[in-house]
Amino acid sequence: MNNEETEKTDLKAKLLNNFRDFEKNLNGDAAGIIHEKRKDAIKYFETLGFPVKKLEEWKYTNLTPALKHTFKNPLEEYTSALSENDIKDFLIKKENVNLLVFVNGQFERKLSKICSKNDNVFIGSFSDGMKTHRDIIESHFSKYVNYTNSGLTALNTAFAGEGCFVYAGKGEQISEPVHILCISDAREEVYFSQLRNLIVAEDNSSVNIAEDYYTIGDKHSFTNTVTEIFCEKNSGVEHYKIQNEGPNAYYTGTTQVHQEKDSRYSDTTISWGGAIIRNDLNSVFEGTNTECHFYGLYLLSGKQHVDNHTFADHKSPNCYSNELYKGILDDNSTGVFNGKIMVRPDAQKTNAYQSNNNILISDDSTIYSKPQLEIFADDVKCSHGATSGQLNEDEMFYLQSRGIGRENARTLLLYAYASDVIDSIKFGELKEMIEIKLEKKLKKGD
Amino acid sequence: MLTIKNLKAKIATEEGEKEILKGIDLKVNAGEIHAIMGPNGSGKSTLASVLTGREGYEVTEGEVIFEKKNLLDESPEDRARLGIFLAFQYPVEIPGVSNTNFLKTAINEIRKSKGEEPMSSVDFLKLIKEKAKLVGLDPQMISRYVNVGFSGGEKKRNEIFQLAMLNPKLSILDETDSGLDIDALRTVADGVNKLRTKDNAFIVITHYQRLLDYIVPDFVHVMYDGKIVKSGDKDLALHLEEHGYDWITNDKNAVTV
Ligand SMILES: Nc1ncnc2c1ncn2[C@@H]1O[C@H](COP(=O)(O)OP(=O)(O)OP(=O)(O)O)[C@@H](O)[C@H]1O
Ligand SMILES: [Mg+2]
Repeated sequence: MNNEETEKTDLKAKLLNNFRDFEKNLNGDAAGIIHEKRKDAIKYFETLGFPVKKLEEWKYTNLTPALKHTFKNPLEEYTSALSENDIKDFLIKKENVNLLVFVNGQFERKLSKICSKNDNVFIGSFSDGMKTHRDIIESHFSKYVNYTNSGLTALNTAFAGEGCFVYAGKGEQISEPVHILCISDAREEVYFSQLRNLIVAEDNSSVNIAEDYYTIGDKHSFTNTVTEIFCEKNSGVEHYKIQNEGPNAYYTGTTQVHQEKDSRYSDTTISWGGAIIRNDLNSVFEGTNTECHFYGLYLLSGKQHVDNHTFADHKSPNCYSNELYKGILDDNSTGVFNGKIMVRPDAQKTNAYQSNNNILISDDSTIYSKPQLEIFADDVKCSHGATSGQLNEDEMFYLQSRGIGRENARTLLLYAYASDVIDSIKFGELKEMIEIKLEKKLKKGD
Repeated sequence: MLTIKNLKAKIATEEGEKEILKGIDLKVNAGEIHAIMGPNGSGKSTLASVLTGREGYEVTEGEVIFEKKNLLDESPEDRARLGIFLAFQYPVEIPGVSNTNFLKTAINEIRKSKGEEPMSSVDFLKLIKEKAKLVGLDPQMISRYVNVGFSGGEKKRNEIFQLAMLNPKLSILDETDSGLDIDALRTVADGVNKLRTKDNAFIVITHYQRLLDYIVPDFVHVMYDGKIVKSGDKDLALHLEEHGYDWITNDKNAVTV
């Protein structure tokens, strides 16, 4: 086996090369605010590179296995060969859904279907958005997420160009959910995809968005995403991220939320497929009286590794944040939970709650759970709690004593344990799909 | 139906091993009701736990035969499938699992073990309605999570409701009367009496004569320090109510089994 450092440098050098080609092919797009940011970001990527375990924020997550592969950049030469039949199992069974399909980071127009359209609403790809809503994109792009301290965000920003763009103008309540289907086509080649999403919810608007990740094929793949979400006054964004990828898929991604006065944001992240997953979810409360919910469920087996870093940044008074992450870990899997709550000096009357619970099914599974509370205001209500343990044997015995076998008893209890996270999914058809999958997954494992 | 022979069991505690059952002998035939009484800590619940296969107890001697099967070899779920039911002294709460889902799973697993098809939803709902009425359980409670937020009495009633739903051969009632108000006690006891047939049997663990006024036992046993130290008919319970346990425990030589 080769030296790790060389390999890492190889991928980095390759990406830096890719950037030059990418720039050349941009044509008219190379002038403008966005490209200025790209050029700035690539410099940061060059300096920061990929995160290493030395970094406090990456203490428990080692990306080295992901960086060993000679990934191709889909920008080089890529045309998807996926048909409707290939993705039919991934669709949500609901008629009025805005479906946006991305394969290896590239928009698949012919597989997508957009049903919410008017002068005040845009749902589509980032590149299409640039044609009709350039001003809006430019006024928000890379304004909330910080690439100067994260190599992965810098990398994503440098290659930003495709992903989803959702715009809900003032007062627009978009009733049809947005289903973003992100597929890694790993049948023939190994790809490293960058996906850049932007969600803009203006005053009094609302929208529901589900990011859904799948893999087709069993080669390796790497997806690195950045999603910026702007919630203007009194807007509401419901956000779901479902990670169903294959056993050879690597994923890193940051969701950066900017919340203004009276806005509501809710995220539910379900992680049960992928080799290594790192999610960063940050929300900054820029206005008073905002509300924010973070829910997460990770159901891991084999050698899976899932790292959830969350950050509720209470910058303004009278805001409410609530977080519930639950894990079920089997085999040799590893979970990492790092939940940061910052209550800044001005943020009086803050209510911030956090809890992280874990059930370790096997002796060889591991959880690193770390709450991180930094409180600089005095009139606040904060609480946090972390638990990890086994299934409750009294409950198991109760079920068994009624004739229910250990396998089924276990499924019932784990399903029940996960139910408060599942119940946070307000998008009914998605919830049903998740419930069916959860039951299947719980039944399969032992 | 059930034969317990010289059953001894111990548990591992922090201070070391502790023998709790010190040689129990008991025979229960179909159609009979046996009451077990005895002071706190004498081992009544432990006997129930050992019979139903709870982990943590080690049987060191003796045997338990249930309908020709060596019960101690069976898993807890298989014992339940053979027809043994325990109404717990302290029923646990199971957040997130609804009573309906729980019972449906239980009934269908028991049916499956007998090679029967799962019960249809219509039949299941019918059965729920019928049995809830029998034990006086508010049907509202059935859609709720198992025992979560139930009062002490409601939990006990729910145990008997489950008993009615599963229709076991041998039911062990561990202090089902404690926590029930007087009216509830009567409803629950009436329910049990209606469930009684010539083919099933009950072991009723209780501290009070009151329950035995309603569920009239064929035999009464006194357990003391891990053994059955006295057995008799229903009059023994009346005698205990009046005189307490002292007269038995002070004079262990007087024991007749
Ligand atoms: N898991 C355990 N750890 C330690 N001691 C135990 C355990 N289980 C039972 N015991 C002890 O065994 C003895 C018998 O307990 P058991 O619960 O069977 O009594 P009981 O007759 O049902 O009493 P009660 O009338 O109060 O319900 C008690 O001394 C009790 O403390
Ligand atoms: Mg007891």
